[in-house]
Formats: sequence, C-alpha cells, structure tokens
Amino acid sequence: MSQPEDSAATVTDAANPDREALLADLARVLPAAALLSAAEDLKPYECDGLTAYRALPWAVALPQNDEQVVAVLKACHARKVPVVARGAGTGLSGGATPVVQGVVLSLAKFMRILEIDPLARLARVQPGVRNQAISEAVAPFGLYYAPDPSSQIACTIGGNVAENSGGVHCLKYGLTLHNVLKLRVALMNGEVIEIGSHALDDAGYDLLALMIGSEGMLGIVLEATVKLTPKPRTAQVVMASFDSVIDAGNAVAAIIAAGIIPAGLEMMDKLATAAVEDFVHAGYDLAAAAILLAESDGTTEEVAEEIATMSTLLEQNGARQLRISQSEAERLKYWAGRKAAFPAVGRITPDYLCMDGTIPRKHLSHVLTRIAELSAEFHLRCANVFHAGDGNLHPLIMFDARNPGETERAIAFGAKILELSVDVGGTITGEHGVGIEKVKQMCVQFSREELDAFHAVKAAFDPLTLLNPGKAVPYPRHCSEYRLTGSAR
Amino acid sequence: MSDSIEEFRSRILERKPLRLKGGGSKDFYGGPLAGEVLDTRGYSGIVGYEPTELVITARAGTPLAEIESALATRRQVLACEPPHFGNATIGGEIAGGATIGGAVAAGLSGPRRAVAGSVRDYVLGVKLMDGEGRELNFGGQVMKNVAGFDVSRLVTGSLGTLGLILEVSLKVMPQPVAQATLRFEMPQDKALDALNGWGGQPVPLAASCWQDGVLTLRLSGARAAITAACEKLGGERVAEPEAASFWDSLREQTAAFFAGDAPLWRLSLPSVAPPLDLPGPQLIEWGGAQRWLRGAVDAAHLRETAARAGGHATLFRGGDKTGGVFAPLSPALMEVHRRLKQSFDPYGVFNPGRLYPEF
Repeated sequence: MSQPEDSAATVTDAANPDREALLADLARVLPAAALLSAAEDLKPYECDGLTAYRALPWAVALPQNDEQVVAVLKACHARKVPVVARGAGTGLSGGATPVVQGVVLSLAKFMRILEIDPLARLARVQPGVRNQAISEAVAPFGLYYAPDPSSQIACTIGGNVAENSGGVHCLKYGLTLHNVLKLRVALMNGEVIEIGSHALDDAGYDLLALMIGSEGMLGIVLEATVKLTPKPRTAQVVMASFDSVIDAGNAVAAIIAAGIIPAGLEMMDKLATAAVEDFVHAGYDLAAAAILLAESDGTTEEVAEEIATMSTLLEQNGARQLRISQSEAERLKYWAGRKAAFPAVGRITPDYLCMDGTIPRKHLSHVLTRIAELSAEFHLRCANVFHAGDGNLHPLIMFDARNPGETERAIAFGAKILELSVDVGGTITGEHGVGIEKVKQMCVQFSREELDAFHAVKAAFDPLTLLNPGKAVPYPRHCSEYRLTGSAR
Repeated sequence: MSDSIEEFRSRILERKPLRLKGGGSKDFYGGPLAGEVLDTRGYSGIVGYEPTELVITARAGTPLAEIESALATRRQVLACEPPHFGNATIGGEIAGGATIGGAVAAGLSGPRRAVAGSVRDYVLGVKLMDGEGRELNFGGQVMKNVAGFDVSRLVTGSLGTLGLILEVSLKVMPQPVAQATLRFEMPQDKALDALNGWGGQPVPLAASCWQDGVLTLRLSGARAAITAACEKLGGERVAEPEAASFWDSLREQTAAFFAGDAPLWRLSLPSVAPPLDLPGPQLIEWGGAQRWLRGAVDAAHLRETAARAGGHATLFRGGDKTGGVFAPLSPALMEVHRRLKQSFDPYGVFNPGRLYPEF
C-alpha cells in the first residue's frame, strides 16, 4: 500500500541524473516508439492484475527483437538498474508490479508463433503470444495447448512460464511445467542460454523446472517451445449439488479412489454459486452448500464409462441433484459459471482479493469452516471456488476500497487464509505466484535457511539481484518485521 | 531415525567427498564413483500415503519396491516407472534394489515416460540436507505449489550432486483399468512415422518399442477405449503375461538387447528425428524420443549426430568414461551449474564428478 510514496518518488525522479543517463543509453538501443518515459505513458504499467499495489517505473521498454532485449538488459546491468518483465499484466500476485527506479521490460511485441510442427506435436512461440492463441492456431491439426488459466484469452505464454500457470484441467494434463519443452532465455547480463530441448530431456540440471514458476527473477524468456496435446474426441460434465461441503469433499475423494482422473473437478460454495448464477444463468442449484463439476474427456466409449461411474459415486456420497451435460453447448454452459467466477464476484462487490492457497483436500471442511469464522471476524464476505481435484482453493475476499481501512482488513484476512493453508500442510500459492502480495507469507512457509537457498538460486542466474528484485523471496528484514506479528517461522 | 539424520549431518560436516548410495543399483550410471560411501538405507519408511489425494511421502532409503507394493494395495502406481535395475524381490520379500531416494536422484523413467511423464513430473517435494548439514524443505505434498523456486525438481536427476535427499513426496496415479499390447512388422522409418502420427491422435498409447523390424505398442486406458484402439490399429495381439514381462524387460534393461559388455549409449532426441545411420544395433522407445545404441562408437561423432538432430547422447552403461558421460554444456550453462552447485554444496562434498568432471 505504498502507492502515494511511490508516485511521489517518481515525480522527484524526473530530473534524477541516473535516470537521465539510463534513458540516454536505452534511447541508443531502442527505436523512439519502443521507449516510454513520460509519466502519462508509464501510468498503464503501474500495476498488473493485482491493482492494490502500484508503482511508476523510470521507464518502460518495448523491444521488438532479441537483440533489443539483450541491449536493454546490458544497459540496465551496466548501471545496476532493476528490470521487471511484463507480459499481458494479468498476474494476480503483483509479479509485474514495477520497481521504482527500475525499468519495465514489456514483451508485448513478441507476438509471433514461429513454428507449428503437428507431427512432433510442438509449437515454438514468442513470449508475448497469448495462451489461447496457441490453441486456436493449432486447432486445424486436432491439437491444443493444455494449460488453461482463467485468463487464457489475455495472458501470455511468457507470463505462464513465469508463474507456472495451471487452470481447471491440470490434474489430468499438468501445469505449464509439464507442457513446456524448451526455453531460450536472456540472463540479466545479456547472455542468452537455451534450456530444455525438443527431446524429452536435456543434459545437466533441470533448469527448465527452475525457470518455470520463477516469477521473472532468473531470466527473460525470449522463446518457448510448448507441447501440444491431441484434442479429446468428446467431453461431458456432471454437475452435482450437495447439502454439505463435507459430502462434496468425500465425493471427490471417492472419484479419485475409484481410479478416475477427471479432466476437470471443480467446486464452488454457496456464495460463489449465487454470484455466478446471477451472471451466467447456468441453472446451478442455489440451495446447495456446494456445487461440483466433474468432467470426463476422451473417446465416446471412455467418456460414457467414466461419466456413469462418477455419477454413481456422486449419488452414493449424497448428491442432492445430478445433471449430465447432453450437448457441447450445455457442457460449456455448466463451465461458464466456474470460468467466470472471478468476474461474477466482481459484479457483487466493488473490490475483491483472490487468494490462492493449496491444501491437502482432507482438510477442506476445516479450512472452509475457519474461513467462515474469519469472514465474520473481519466483517468481510468471502466466496470460495476450489480446484477440488488438486486442492487449490481460491477464496475471493470482497471489500470496498473506498471505506477507510477496509483494504487493509481484506489483506489481513487474506494473510490469515494463507497461514491457515500452511498450517494444514499446504502452500500459500498454488498457481498465482508469490509476487509482491504474498512475499511476507513466505516467511511462514519457509525457514531462514530455505529462503537463503532461494536467494542463492537467484544469484546463480542474476548475481546482482537486478531481475524483479523484492518479489517472491523475502529478505530477512521482511521476516523479522512479520515475525513481530507472531506468524513467521 | 533421528540417529540417521545426525549421522548424515556429522558425515557431511567433515567436508570430505561422499558418495551417496541407496541400493547401489545405479552405481554404473554417471561419472566415476568417488568419495566414501554414505548409505541412506537406514533412513527408510513410508511417512505418509494419501491414496485419495494421490500423494505418497517416503524417506530416501525406502526401497522402491516397498513403495510400489504399498501403492498396489490401493491400485495405484508410479506412472513414470523408475527402473529398479536389480533384484527387487527375492522369494516375495523385498530385498535391496533401488531406493526411492536413488530413483529421484537419478531421475530415470521407464517405458511409459513419453506419455505419462518423467520422475521429475511427479516429484512434489523433497527434504534435502545441504553441504552445511542444514535440513531444507522444498515443494510439499500438494499438486500445485509455486511458492519459491522449484528446487525439488532441480534436485531430481542431479545425481546427488546438490545435496542428500532425505525425503520425497511424489504424485501417484491410478493403475490403468485395461491394457493391451500389439505387435507389428515395420521398418524403422515407417515405425517412427506411425508413432508420431498416432501421438497426435486421441489413441490411448502408453509405451512403444521398436527393434529389428518389430514395433511393439502398449495401450492403456478405459476398457472401451482399448477395445476400440485395438480394432483401429490392427497388428498382432500379445497375450498379457508375455506382454507384461516384455515391458518389464525394457524398464529393467534385462532384455537381450541390453545384455553383454558392449557400451550402451542413450540418445535423447526429438521423436520426429529420422533414423540415425550409426554402427551398432538400436532399440527405440518413447515414440522415437529415446534411442539406445550398443557398441564402441566414436563419442564425439555420436554427440555431434545427436546434437544435430536436436538432442543429446549419454554414455549410459559401460564404455570409456574418460571423455565424460553426459553431453557437455555451453560455457554459460556450465557457469550457472557451477554456481548452483557452489550454493548447495560449497565444500564439494556430494558425489564429486558424478555428473560432470568440473564439479
């Protein structure tokens, strides 16, 4: 919540000699239109999808090719100026929040799909290509790119790599990590390395695993080769409603125990269901405590078999209503609500914070009960949507930033939920990243020694700590501040 | 168990080279062995298994076979099929063989890898002891976790060079409901085309093997899907007991192709790489992406051929290791490797030279 100071700092920085010198360096390597430095041009870059945190950078660079990216990095490296990479800016944890006295490196112009090889089932793309654009481009070959974060219309593959994005189908099809084969990466000093390969593995350490989910702190993705998956012949979804969250949780466990890995397995609580029903009119059961969507995909025979088994298990576990999609239109309608859960909640509240803890599913009922208690304590409503198959919970805390103190209260509520996730053996972030938002809660999940190890990993790629500094991995002082509140390890 | 931890720590704090060892089933793999043995097998046991959450957590010294037995009681498996490379059970008793710590450290996967994913894809978390004797937890027991850099997967396949793995959490999968094995007479180029073609279609392909003009396919999935696929693909159906032992002989490298002392090279290539004109017999797995080659070939020529095809070559077993076992890294990549090694193992304690002679 340091927006006023940050903006003030930028205003006084207008005549900062270091800034002037850097701008001159950048102007030498970038076309005029690719370098933004006027306050009004910088404004659109002051935040990403986490709008509660804002800052104005010294400049925004919009390079068009690898050489320009390398030149920008070298110029910043020489002057020890921090660089924050940015894709579409849809991130929800403030991973692309600018660093004051730093440069935002936008990859927005890297929009080309360089190669589609249907036989090898891979696509080589630039980092600014949108997630969904890949699937659209390869659809004629009966293929698609599997990870499908809710923001897939807008978010870019470079950002997906930075956050290790998931989606509603990742229990079966994996995360970004499982669907990227190779990256070309520029290091902060301007060196370019290739990690991974078009084969299934590469010699040496698995740096691909390290790069994916590294929140722009290790290198800048210049190019990614992604794996393409054959489109299933058909898909069908069962929508079941339950009188209790416990029953719904048991039904999920029963499906997994029966040896089924559903293509999607999603839960919404009553408040979330009400919000989306009002928005998409999918016919959800508004009286239910929880709604479950279970999808099967594959051949017609496979889907029929799985849907029948799942339906039986859902009924045995107390489903009060069961509906099976009878057409593709109906399937999409059932999903529409879940996919639109965030904007739907956005309609019923001026502001909301989307949390992202993952928990062992057996603790779901305890966690939801505790969230309800916290909701009463903080006097803020909270709707819950849940990737039930993999335990990834998205509580949506509703607040009104115009009311004094309410933003801070929402953030404090969110912090409690994250700590709760760690308490039950889970994690503070399943797929949105730590960014700036959850950096303090890292002190709850990790020990001082573990955080030191993360800093060392960063230093192996970026010894001067110039790439996206201050994000994802807290410094000891963050933790000692947080420790005063009694939460950090 | 805490005794083991203290013993490990005191050995590490002596700052002398250690050779981390579980069952020793993969002693043949990687660079020359160096250092005094640190045996992990005293630190054993399944710590937690949640079948409905698809997660198992076990101490490093737990036999892989023990884990597989536990999973089998709930009809689950490690879908990446890490090899045992040794007698896993003797007279029904689990007797030595690979440990789960070793399986993760080596990162080797079996016949299903191209479809099901690698060991690394299933690692959810590790507890590691670093060169300072500190116990560090990375990742966790949940499917989705992006808090902190993904060190648990960095450690996977690092051949113990970054630290002593104490405990691992893995994602497990249900056993396939139905399976079938089909056999076709087919030359190599046709087999590679067919495999890549099927790979782009919703065919329930689980594993493949081409050798000597014979392509063998394993299908797995829902019963109905297998029946439909068998009809569509044709070929000769192999009866299940024989089929199971065939796939097992590939995973464990007990098939005739792997017998004898001739050097065994592993080529990891894009699946679409054309047949490689190389001396010596070849066996092709993973839909074309893993190709085994027997014989004393010229290492430099082989590495160049693999690199030109977009992959890399490893001297997997036997042969002359003086030229290095794994494909050399570019200077920039080697520098990153060195720094990572330095940060986890500043005194060069863990498996020196096992991955690269440089560290």
